[in-house]
Amino acid sequence: MKEMIDRIKQKFNAKDINQQKATLVFFTVEKKDLEGCVLYMKEFEGYGNLTMITAIDWIEKNQFQLTYHLHNYTNRTDVSIRTYIEREKPSMVSIHNLWAGARVFQREIKELFGIDFPGCPRVNDNFVLEGWDNIPPMRRDFDTKKYSEETYFPRPGRYKKDNVQFMEENLYPVEAEVKKSIADTVKKK
Amino acid sequence: MTIITGDDNKNKEDKGFDTELFCDALPKEIAPVSNKTIQKFYNWAQANSLWILAFGTGCGSIEMRPLYTARYDISRFGMAPRPTPRQSSLFIISGYASVKTMKRIIRSYEQMQNPKFVMGLGSCTINGGMYWDSYNTINRLDHYIPVDTYVAGCMPRPEALIAGFEELKKRILAGKAEGANEYAKNFQWYKANQKKIIKDWDMPDYNW
Repeated sequence: MKEMIDRIKQKFNAKDINQQKATLVFFTVEKKDLEGCVLYMKEFEGYGNLTMITAIDWIEKNQFQLTYHLHNYTNRTDVSIRTYIEREKPSMVSIHNLWAGARVFQREIKELFGIDFPGCPRVNDNFVLEGWDNIPPMRRDFDTKKYSEETYFPRPGRYKKDNVQFMEENLYPVEAEVKKSIADTVKKK
Repeated sequence: MTIITGDDNKNKEDKGFDTELFCDALPKEIAPVSNKTIQKFYNWAQANSLWILAFGTGCGSIEMRPLYTARYDISRFGMAPRPTPRQSSLFIISGYASVKTMKRIIRSYEQMQNPKFVMGLGSCTINGGMYWDSYNTINRLDHYIPVDTYVAGCMPRPEALIAGFEELKKRILAGKAEGANEYAKNFQWYKANQKKIIKDWDMPDYNW
């Protein structure tokens, strides 16, 4: 594992390397290096299985993070390769030629995050949503609750309980009352 | 009622789909029989031969499987799972319904023949349950298709389902389970609600 990390550092200028445990390592590469890095991991390091591709919306940094999780069946280790892409008109190299299964992940990411993968077959088809006409729902500037309330006829009468308070009132009613009165007197003063 | 046959192939170009295989005449209300004794006999017969449409729409369909086994044995109530909407009279919406599933639910419901009843299973069909603020799951099932009985819970056990069947039977015997007529009566309202969520409407307005 350690030698592999050294090779990756040399070849692809990998940054932010954190080894979570003996069999799992995360590192970040540049967007332009990603395809080569993934190909290298597949062909030379034996990471033949693409477990999944995940996307994260870092709205504060104005970036999307894509993570490619690979697994090696020979020595049972995992690597996760992170890369960052800009949030405006996001687009990423498609790796459907390396793993046919990547088409599914990319299609899902295209639908839920709006990240384009040019050249990937059927990437523009519906995956989970049919006829979606809003901004992609997994982006953090999409207000799920507001959309749901506007669209799906919420049934009135839903209320929220503070779990701690509720349990206190039910299990220790005397203590809860004392606590409440103390809080009230403190507030008054 | 006009049955559209294979001769009306011009419809195919107009509507974008083939109308050979179904009738798209709008639903009509069916008035109860004037003789009360006969109507009661009808209700009794309907209540005792509920056949379930075996279409697992959500996670609750897992709870329906034990019903068919020897332990809960739903056939002692005269109920049985049927493979197609045309043969069944009870549609169980088992749990959350996403918009994509809603499309299939509506088509299946419309293809069922009268008498037909709907049971909402689980909290998700009542008020959205734990998916109440989801972008893709409906909150209230009764805005899209008429519901006769609800079984609350997340998820309700097979015993609760059997209790729900008993309730439904009582409603049918009392002549209150008039979901299909309600659907025909408020057809425009139901369609408007359905079209509000299903944005790529690529099917006929009504087909059976």
